[in-house]
Amino acid sequence: MTALVVMKDIGKSFPGVRALHNAQLELLSGEVHALMGENGAGKSTLMKILAGIYRRDAGEILLDGKPVEINSPRQAQDLGIGIIHQELNLMPHLTAAQNIFIGREPRKAGGLLLDEAKLNADTAEIFASMHLKLDPRTPVGGLTIARQQMVEIAKALSYRSRVLIMDEPTAALNDAEIAELFAIIARLKAEGVGIVYISHKMDELKRIADRVTIMRDSEYIGTVPAAETPVEKIISMMVGRTLTDDRPDIPDHSKSETVLEVKNLNRGTVIRDVSLSVRKGEILGFAGLMGAGRTEVARAIFGADRRDGGDIFMHGKKVDIRIPQDAVRAGIGYLSEDRKHFGLATGMDVRNNVVLASLARFAGPAGLLREGAMHDVAARYIDQLAIKTPSDRQEVRLLSGGNQQKIVIAKWLLRECEVLIFDEPTRGIDVGAKNEIYKLLNALAQQGRAIIVISSELPEVLRLSHRIAVMCEGRLTGILPGGASQEEIMHLATLRGDAANQNKQKTAKGEAK
Amino acid sequence: MSAAASTASTSAVSRFSGAQHRLLAFASLIILVAVFSFASPNFMQTSNIIAILQATSVNGVLAIAATLVIITGGIDLSVGTLMTFCAVIAGVVLTFWGMPLGLGVLAAILAGAASGTLSGTFVAKLKIPPFIATLGMMLILKGLSLVISGTRPIYFNGTPGFTQISQGSLIGSVIPSLPIPNGVLILFLVAIATSFILERTILGRFTFALGSNEEAVRLSGVNTDRWKIAVYALAGSICGIAGLLIASRLNSAQPALGQGYELDAIAAVVIGGTSLSGGRGTIIGTLIGALIISVLANGLRILSVAQEWQTVVTGSIIILAVYTDILRRRRL
Repeated sequence: MTALVVMKDIGKSFPGVRALHNAQLELLSGEVHALMGENGAGKSTLMKILAGIYRRDAGEILLDGKPVEINSPRQAQDLGIGIIHQELNLMPHLTAAQNIFIGREPRKAGGLLLDEAKLNADTAEIFASMHLKLDPRTPVGGLTIARQQMVEIAKALSYRSRVLIMDEPTAALNDAEIAELFAIIARLKAEGVGIVYISHKMDELKRIADRVTIMRDSEYIGTVPAAETPVEKIISMMVGRTLTDDRPDIPDHSKSETVLEVKNLNRGTVIRDVSLSVRKGEILGFAGLMGAGRTEVARAIFGADRRDGGDIFMHGKKVDIRIPQDAVRAGIGYLSEDRKHFGLATGMDVRNNVVLASLARFAGPAGLLREGAMHDVAARYIDQLAIKTPSDRQEVRLLSGGNQQKIVIAKWLLRECEVLIFDEPTRGIDVGAKNEIYKLLNALAQQGRAIIVISSELPEVLRLSHRIAVMCEGRLTGILPGGASQEEIMHLATLRGDAANQNKQKTAKGEAK
Repeated sequence: MSAAASTASTSAVSRFSGAQHRLLAFASLIILVAVFSFASPNFMQTSNIIAILQATSVNGVLAIAATLVIITGGIDLSVGTLMTFCAVIAGVVLTFWGMPLGLGVLAAILAGAASGTLSGTFVAKLKIPPFIATLGMMLILKGLSLVISGTRPIYFNGTPGFTQISQGSLIGSVIPSLPIPNGVLILFLVAIATSFILERTILGRFTFALGSNEEAVRLSGVNTDRWKIAVYALAGSICGIAGLLIASRLNSAQPALGQGYELDAIAAVVIGGTSLSGGRGTIIGTLIGALIISVLANGLRILSVAQEWQTVVTGSIIILAVYTDILRRRRL
């Protein structure tokens, strides 16, 4: 039998990054093929090449055994390849039918008028084939995420897709919705559609996948049958790289004072009953897959988002944090993963960004700013953190990511925060600068600050953390000691629902020991 | 390192270009003046120059108020009718109640500050988009001016010193050969004071920071709402000064006046190179922008160009000014 799709030796580079190297995939007709790997392993890039969003630099793609060129999403659609992105691309004010046939609406009166009746009838037909009960005239903005996803699938099917790529389709769905989605996948499968299914979730994989292809560090690792291969084997293929050797000795903080303690933090379904604490001089790593709720926890602690429940204590005293101002006053600083939007006023200079959180301290009578003192402070941090900038008057948007990150760090150091929460501190920073940031984080901890580091890169978590908190779907699924293995972390990071609760009790017992 | 060197040079380019835009605006002003003085001998007369400056004073002060709000990334459509409202308040205090001049001045400025505080609160606390909040305030103030004044002009005949606010000449009484009216003097004083606040004080720094990245400022633990309200309040009190200037010049508070002034003010701000997306802008630029508008109006009138065409020219200049700014930024 000829494979539906074969991708061979696919290579792709972005400026400064090798995104794919000798990547492969073989998809059969009527097969659900899971594509797995850590964040950044290259799964999405490979699928974007298949869907015509990116062009490959090397390799070849065969469709029904014949080589094809896929240079645009339109070409991919014409070849019968549809993709459903993690972020849905629907126009909320238009109806389901209008969304599905956008740009190819049936016409009447010689092409002058839209044929709404045919539009809705065609859509109803597709919905019927999916056994989906949905009025084609419903505006999609009012639908649940799950239903919107169904509309996306219907859209892909309207192109008579034989290949359907789903990028983490269950990320925003509840169990009932997932069951509905899987039922549709089963029907498509029976009709011979080949489905590439990107997911992090082991249990789903076992439920629907026929085969699993594993990627790691932009490369193809292997393809195994889903049912017979143990989960542990798949995880070890995903994380199998050799660990960084220079993991620090983990200092014993058990006798240090607890600086920040969070109890029973809750926010909708995003944060479910999270409790944790950080001690003086400790670096608490925060691991989990994308969307696990780590950033949300950080923002809730910092007062950037509201929380439904939960108490925050500093040095054992309860603090009432509602807005970031309260958190800063309590001595908590938050360094966002998105520096450009949440950390820096990029159009302003280094000096003003360093003093941004402490500006009132530099205002004399009548609010007059003491620029001299501001310059001295900025110059001190430029020197201390080795920020590469021609002067403190340089606009920060002109500096590199690593230097921008240091400016945000300087901002919080100047504010004398005891607790620093770093969200993806090395995102968008090149390898050399990463090491510098790591050293800086260690130095800050040694000076007695309590540090939380959120990171999606396991080697980074392992290298920095004295303890590791792991989240999955809004729950804290466990807290591991610093020397934990990648397998242990991945296990907790993919632990869903009830299993998580049981495990929590287990780790709680473990900690008590 | 070469990376550092290249960032240094791009910065130099950006700074040069920032100054360049102001230079461009200034150069256009000079060219306009040169063209008009060549075209008509009457243009460069001292009396005409003073008339141009006097005509700029009200729009200039309003434009300075608008500049502050625009730098925060907002917009203030209420500056024109607020100006009138403040003039009416001065009329109530001075003419209806017969209070001394100083109290009338104070009342006008406080009324402006109060209205600005209200606009700022709508924007910062109730999260109403500035365009809508100040559009609402524009209409509210217009209506209130008519209600309070009984739809009739309030004359300041009972307060003899009132016309001196704009028309008298402190400079002229010291240097008789330079009879620059107080209105012009006040414009420049307001410009200098506001420039100082913007460049040197914490309020000014937050004005820019809010326009540059409000969320980053909020996440730095700064009470952004308070600072934003303060900016709107300051802009409001400057509108109060504009209200005094226009009332003094007309020796009356004209309650039906005011709507439309906000557009001239915003035009001056934009021609002066302040970005409507916030974070960038200068008072000197706004001043030049206001002068360009008055010079155009005056010069075209002297050349007997019909009034209708003057607005066509002003409109074209706005589009041209913003387009050069876009070109400049695209090059970066």
